This record gives sequence, C-alpha cells and structure tokens, in this order.
Amino acid sequence: MRGLVFDIKRYAIHDGPGIRTSVFFKGCPLRCWWCHNPEGQRPHPEMLYYSSKCIACGICERVCPLGAVRVVDGRVETDRSLCDNCGVCVEHCPTEAREMAGKWYTLEELMEEVERDLPFYRSGGGVTASGGEPLMQAEFVLSFLRRLRERGIHTAVDTSGHVDPEVMRRAVSTTDLFLYDLKVMDPERHALYTGVDNRLILRNLMLLDELGARIWVRFPLIPGINDDFENLRAMGEFVSSLRNVEQLNVLPYHPLGVSKAERLGEEQRRFERPSKELIDKVVATLREYGLVVKVGG
Amino acid sequence: MEVVTHLSERIRKLREQSLQTPYIDPERAILITRFYKSEAARGLSPPVLRAMAFKYYLENRTIDIEDGELIVGEKGRGPRAVPTYPEQCVHSLEDLENLNSMKDNPYIVTEEVKRVYEEEIIPFWKGRDMRSLIFRNMPEEWMRAFKAGVFTEFMEQRAMGHAIMDDKIYRMGLLDFKERIRERRKRLDWLNDPEAWHKDQELLAMEITIDAVINFARRYAELARRMAEEERDPKRREELKRIAEVCSWVPAHAPRTFWEALQMYWFIHLAVTLEANVWDSFNPGRIDLWWYPFYKRDLEEGRLTKEEAKELLACFWIKVNNQPAPPKVGVTKEQSNTYQDFSTPNLGGLDERGRPVANELSELILEVEDELRLMMPNLCIQISERTPDWLLLKALRVIAKGHPKPSIFNTDVIIQEHLRQGKTLEDARLGGPSGCVTIGAFGKETVGLTGYMNWAKMLELTLNDGVDPRTGVRVGPSTGDPKEFRTFEDLFQAFRKQLKYFIDLKIIGNNIIERLYAMHIPQPFLSLLIDDCIEKGRDYNNGGARYNTSYIQGTGLGTVTDSLAAIKYHVYDRRTVSMDTLLKALASNFEGEYEILRQILWNKTPKYGNDDDYADEIAVRLVDTYVELLDGRPNTRGGVYRVNLLPTTVHIYFGKVTGATPDGRKAGEPVSEGVSPVQGADRRGPTAIVKSVAKWDHAKTGGTLLNMKFSPQALRTEEDVRKLAQLIRTFFRMGGHHIQFNVVNAETLREAQREPERHRGLLVRVAGYSDFFVTIGRDLQEEIISRTEQESI
Repeated sequence: MRGLVFDIKRYAIHDGPGIRTSVFFKGCPLRCWWCHNPEGQRPHPEMLYYSSKCIACGICERVCPLGAVRVVDGRVETDRSLCDNCGVCVEHCPTEAREMAGKWYTLEELMEEVERDLPFYRSGGGVTASGGEPLMQAEFVLSFLRRLRERGIHTAVDTSGHVDPEVMRRAVSTTDLFLYDLKVMDPERHALYTGVDNRLILRNLMLLDELGARIWVRFPLIPGINDDFENLRAMGEFVSSLRNVEQLNVLPYHPLGVSKAERLGEEQRRFERPSKELIDKVVATLREYGLVVKVGG
Repeated sequence: MEVVTHLSERIRKLREQSLQTPYIDPERAILITRFYKSEAARGLSPPVLRAMAFKYYLENRTIDIEDGELIVGEKGRGPRAVPTYPEQCVHSLEDLENLNSMKDNPYIVTEEVKRVYEEEIIPFWKGRDMRSLIFRNMPEEWMRAFKAGVFTEFMEQRAMGHAIMDDKIYRMGLLDFKERIRERRKRLDWLNDPEAWHKDQELLAMEITIDAVINFARRYAELARRMAEEERDPKRREELKRIAEVCSWVPAHAPRTFWEALQMYWFIHLAVTLEANVWDSFNPGRIDLWWYPFYKRDLEEGRLTKEEAKELLACFWIKVNNQPAPPKVGVTKEQSNTYQDFSTPNLGGLDERGRPVANELSELILEVEDELRLMMPNLCIQISERTPDWLLLKALRVIAKGHPKPSIFNTDVIIQEHLRQGKTLEDARLGGPSGCVTIGAFGKETVGLTGYMNWAKMLELTLNDGVDPRTGVRVGPSTGDPKEFRTFEDLFQAFRKQLKYFIDLKIIGNNIIERLYAMHIPQPFLSLLIDDCIEKGRDYNNGGARYNTSYIQGTGLGTVTDSLAAIKYHVYDRRTVSMDTLLKALASNFEGEYEILRQILWNKTPKYGNDDDYADEIAVRLVDTYVELLDGRPNTRGGVYRVNLLPTTVHIYFGKVTGATPDGRKAGEPVSEGVSPVQGADRRGPTAIVKSVAKWDHAKTGGTLLNMKFSPQALRTEEDVRKLAQLIRTFFRMGGHHIQFNVVNAETLREAQREPERHRGLLVRVAGYSDFFVTIGRDLQEEIISRTEQESI
C-alpha cells in the first residue's frame, strides 16, 4: 500500500496545535476557484515548472522521451498534452526549475519522514494530514493515522469534508483533531465555486460532531464569494448549533495558488485580498453567534 | 505586540547622544606616549611601568559629566569619544584616513588628531608597538598563511579579551583588594621562591592601579560637587550631590545600594578597558543574579522605586553603548567589522546551587533592552531546563518585534562544557558566554580567542596540493594531486593533514604572541580582579588566572561540509563528474559551460542543514577532527586549547580570499557563518536546521553560533512565539549551545528576491500559513515586503 504525497512541511505552526509536520496528500474532489494548492488536486504525479529558476540549458529538451519539451527563443515550453509526467526531465534538471509534485510513499517511508521531528512534537504538536483531500486515499491515510497514534503522536486531519461518511466515521477513532473546511453555505453556490454541492460536507460535519470529535472549522474568506452577510449568518447559525467545534479560523484569501497554477501551465482566477476592515467585520459577525473566532490557523 | 516606549526625557536625550558617529579622541595616546617618553618611565619593571603610565593617564585626562547623567564616566572626553592604544597598535595616517572615510562603521578623525599622530604618536611608536613586534617575531610560514587568509590573529592588535567580572566587586571595595595584595606581598618567600621579585613587582603594580582608579573616581566626585554648587535646577542639584556621594564611596568601598553597584561596575569597566585594549567584551556577567540583592533591598527599604531602577539601568545601558570598540585595522578590521566587541551581560541561567535565576530585575532589564534598542550591550539570556517559560517568552517577545537581542544560550550544555574542561561545578554554574558565544568562568578565567581558521581555504589548498591558486604561492604542505585520490577517504586524509599543519602553525604563533604579551603588556588592574592572580602573584597574561584557556575558532563548517559532500556524492559515489572536471570548473570559477555543473552541485547535492545524514555525518566528522587535532594541547599560560566555532564578520573576509568551492559557491562570495548552514542551502525549515546542527557534539566545544532568519510575520502572534520557545527548548534538549534570531527586515526580503538561491530557507507567514519566501509568487512577495516595512520598527 502506498500513498501519494505532494509535500511534507516541517515546523508547520499554523495547522493545529504545537509544532507539527504537515503531510499533503495529492488528489481532491473539489476544484475551488481560489485553491491555494492546485498542485494537490489531481490524484497522480505532475511536473511543475518554475520559470524563474530556469536557465534554458536545454537538457530537458534532450532527455524527454516523448518530445514534449522544446526550447524556443531561450524559453522552455512543455506541451502538456504530450507530457505523461514521467519525471525524467525533473531528474536531469540542474536548477530544479522542474520539480515533481507527487511522490509515492510506503507507510514505513512516510513514518520515517514524519518521525524526524519527533523531538519537537513534545510541544503539544504532532502530524497533520492535509491535502488535497487526505481522506480520498482513505485506506492509506487511516493506516497512517493509526500508526501515528500507536507511536503516541498527536494527529490532525485537514479535510474538505467531501468524503464517504463511512470513511469519516472510521477516521474519528484515529484523529485527535479535525480541521474542517467550510466555504460556502448555500449548496448551489458551493457547487458553482468548488465543483461539488455541500450537502455531504455539512452532513459529515454533523456526524463528526455527534461522534464527539474535536473540531476546528476553517473558513477561507474570499471577497465577493463568501463574505456576504447571508453566508456568514448561515455559517454562524450552523456552526453554533454544533457542540464540539472548539474554534473557527478565518483564513483570509491570498493569491498563493496563482503562481502555483502557472507552474502547472494553468491559469487561476485572482481575487482581491480581504482588507483588515473586512476581516474585522467578518470576525465580529461570526462572534455574535458565540463562536471562538481566530484569524489564521 | 505594540511597542510601548515611554523613555523619560532624560533617557531620550542621552540615547540620542549615544547614536552619534564616534570620533577618535587622542588624549590617551598623547598621555601614555608622554609617560613612556618621560624620565619617570626609566628602569621600571614592565608591570610597574604599565601601572605608572595608567596612573599618569587617569590623573591627567579630561573628565566630564553630561547633562542628566546618573551613571558617570567615559572612556574618552565625552560620549562616543574613542581612545586609542598606540602601544599595542599605532594607527598610521593612512589608517586614520580610512577610519574617517569608511562606509561601514566610520570613526571621525579630525585634522588635529592627524597632526598629533604625525608629530607625537607615530614617531615614537612606529616599529615599537606590539603589532610590529609580533609580526617581526612570526615565522615566515606563519606570515605566508596569514597573508593568504588561512587564519587571522586576534592578538596582533588587541590584548586577550573575554575576561568577565564576577560578584567580588560587590562584596569588596578596591581598598579591600589592596589589603589582600599587601597581605600577599608579606607572604612572599624571598629566600626560596626564585620568582619572588617578579611577583612583588606585579603585586606592587596592582596596588598602584588601585590608587589610580580610586583617585579617578574621586575626581568625578569633586566635579559633581562643583557642578552641584553651580546648578540652578534643584532636582538636578540633588542628583549631582548624589553622584558625588556615590563616587566618593565606590570603587574604594563595596557598594551599598543599587546605584552604587552599577557605578562600581562602571568604574571597573572603564579602568579595565582603558588599561589596555582588551577588546570590549569585558562585562558585568550575571547581572540579574548579582544586582538583584541590591535592587530588592533598596526597594524594600524604600530607597528606590521600580521606575528609578529602570532609569538607572537605562543610563547604564547608554554608558555601554557610548563606548565603541577601539578602531581596528587591516585583517582584524575585516574579521570583526563592528563598533562593538560584544560586551555580553547575561540574564537567567542558574545560581551556584543550581537554582534558576529569573526575577523582577530580569524582567526590568528586558524592558530596558526593548525600549532602548541600542547596539550595545550585547545582552544575552541563558536558558536552562529549569528556567521558567515566562522568562524565555518575555525575551522572545522582544525578538519577535524585530530586535536581534537577546541571543539565547543553553545553560545546561554550557555547564557540561565547563565541567569537561575541568572546572568546578560552582564556577561552571556562575559562568556563561563571555562575549559573542565563548564560555568563561566569570572572574576566574582568561579566555584567549586567538584567531579564525579558514576551513574553506584549507580545502582549497587541499584541492591544489598546498598551493594557493590566487597567488601561486605554496602555503600548505604538499598533500598529493587530488586527481590521484582514489577514494573520498584519500581526500579527507589530505584535508586533515592541511588542517593539522595550520593548527600547529597557529599554535606556534600563539605561543610566541602570548609570551610577548606576558612580557610587554601586563595588565595589573585586570589581574587583581581575576582569581587567582593575586595569590599566584602572576599577571592575567601570564597564567595568573585559575583557568587559562585558549581558543582557535573554526569557521566555514557549512561550506566545507557541503563541499566535501558534493565531492563524495558526485565524484566518488555517483561518479557523475570527474575530479579533473571539477577542478577545472573551480579554477574557472564555474564560468561558461561550467555553470550547469555549478547548478547541479548547488541544487542536486545533499546539504548540511536539512537533517540529511549524508551531509550531516560529514559535519560531525569535521567537528570531531578539529576537536581531535586541537583540543587539550598546551598553551604557554598553563592552560590548554579548546575548540569554538563562530564567525563575527570573518565569513565575509574569508570568502573574499577563497576561490570557488565544490558546493557551488563562487569565488569571493562569503563562506557560511558560525555553525549555520550555507546561506540558502537549508530548505526544510527550522526544525531540520536545528536537527542537523545538533548532530555533532556541542559539549566538546566552548561555544558555537547558530543564526536563524525569521520574518516578522512568522512571529506575529503569541502562539507563534510560544512555538518558537518550543523550538528552542527542543534544540537545547538535543544539546545545542546557542541560537539567535535575525528577524529580517524588508531590505533582506528584497535581497531574497534578487538572490533566491541564497534564501531558500527563509520562512514567512502568509495569512494563517507559513511558507518559504522564495517559493511564493512575486506579487505575494511584494506584498509581504510592504507589510514588513509597515510592521517592523
């Protein structure tokens, strides 16, 4: 059994309590317009290209078995329709302008990676499974969480909630804390902005709540998308009706995904960054529902 | 985390003065020179000559009390006046001109100063200052290596520094010391001790300096009294009267109040740093331990309020900052291009019984540090496993605002280091870092830092069979043609031979310099303060102290580790490049076609600082080898050599004289600093750095320096600060000696934009999330830069 991981971040201090290691699992059922990890969406390895690091040496053109790469006027172009993400160019690229997002790990390999920072977890930290949607790779991730638990490591799962309720139910027994994303409360608008409607997501959150899981709700604040009063009211009402949500984290939009999408040869929509006034207003509105609201993770 | 600054008007004005450009004050040079030329100097033994010159200078020099001052006394005629020490290093007219026109850290030199130098100072000292004497006495091979930039020599223009005061000056006045000296002189065994006369002369010299310093303080008392008589403002008049009282009591007698304790130390500081140029790392040591009883008693007995104590501390802080280091020249200037020589008072740590020191005074001092934000003193804090979290957090909150101090030390490992060196448990507990990062047993040790070793240059020589490719001169021994090395082991052994050769050469040089200093620049005043100089009747420079340690600082751990890792990985393990090609690439400074190889070496090679055993094991081996070759070898003062790993600014100088290195570094670029990874080679964040750095044994050294960069956004919330505290606690549990944080400014971020490959590990916070600055997009970078500009102070 292997899991597909596109990043491992150590000293992750905004993904749950204490000093943590965040493991980003690749593959996600959602396609949010503002996604800050677009390289985590597809469930297979993908080649990323950093134009700023490239010196156009032409090695990638020479080694590509499919002839998908060409140097034109000192610039490297990759025909993504030909590229099968085999990674040969990545291996040969001297400047790391070409990088692979997505590496297969066995459980043992992944444990070895996250246990590197074991001494730091004494801070009340641990490991966060993030993504993408970690629970898309349910069997692997659940075994991973179980193994972490056995080693006495605190576990957190950062989830979109769009997963089979049975998986969610099983995750409860191996997860110390859920970081649970809520984006838009209206099902149709949710479907428009993320590609899926949110009924399953809301139902799963209620399920976790009933099962007594510890929950932090994460709310990515995107101006013009989900900062309207109606949405805030619905969210405030819904979250305050739950018993086990300890806090709600407002995560103000940032355009991190834009340059990442470029590396995949794609374009991502850009939004305004929320002003301080807007953030304050949103926090104040949500607090009216008696919630513990924090800005940032 | 708003900065609340409520500096009083007094402190604001004094602080302002303290920020002015320093200027050369020739008075010391003039008076010392006059004395050396005078009839009175004839026929005196060296310690007595030094003592008499010192006394003559203190009697005849200008003194002043600035408006509003509470703690009095300056090294020169006013704040920022910098005296010179021509008997140790006489500045040439060209040196003076350079000081005046330097871009970094200039010193104003007036035409009058130049005239005095030309007419009085230079003619007398040229060729007879210690610097000339030392260079004349150095072996030819030593001079060749020194000129090639293989090592530097601290003592070529400064005396041995890093003596730190302990608490005896709060228990004894100088008159008590004098009594002790007299008593010791009475016990001299003139019949059987062949050194009796030498001892007597040294002890006599100590007595002379005591009289000199007491009289010096009394001159301040008189001046304050006169000024009080003329003062119209009744409040200031009372203050001046108080100053007069304080200065007529200390340093002759042991201090009775907090104010007197601070003024006591300050007179001692002035005297020690004016007797000779010992650098200015001299400092009061464990201040929140030793000053606390005065503070507490004064508060309890209603003599002092917390606010008044804070103001006195602020006055003291400004006094330290008023005294830039004596101006350096030549290589020493390049290796330590700073106004300060790291006067490093300590907070925290343990007391002699092993109890943590953390009290109201520790807090107050951190507040003063935060509010004043001066370059000096170079405040540090010792953190033991027993230190309460609140003290560490309080210190980190100051750092999180973008202030580089206090630096943070691991008491528990420092104690292990002391014990390994054979010190008593009590002496170990009452010691600490003694300036920069090197440990000392306060009041009991001479810590001789003797110079930096350029490991990267030694590797370059290894790859060129001992010949310096910059000049074609043979500097090291012939250790074979690297193209003939069949294994990595062959290469490492050749490097080890070079290292051993230069360590030996450095020790030979040091042994000569130590003797020259012992003979020509005794420091009787400093000696009487350091145990057991009085009892032994020997000078500080001549083995008088209880502990007599020498250090040779290793530098370039990151660069050399990565370079050796690159050779091992690419030449021997993977065979992706031949030694021949690599050598050609290095010789060409990776120009043209070799740029691709440089990229591979830089990007596709295991690097120190990433918790990667492939590289880190080489670092372990390097440190072990250095320890094996140096640790425990005898010096001439009855002590031994120890290892420390730190850079000041020498990594810039060493970089300039070292050609391209196999880690992908180009010729002339800085080498890595301290024990930190190569700039930009770390890419897995702070926990990985800390783990790599903790893999080798800090306890076998006497000091290591780790610098970490954070953006203010990564330290914005109280929770961020708490996590940072946990990072430090973990590093210390793993055995790290020291860590300091450089909370970067917008300028550094701009630099990171221009040179991303040098800043790959720089962590920034992006709304609710941290990432490496260089990997986020350009416009996000721009935004973080503008935020940093707004948020940093």
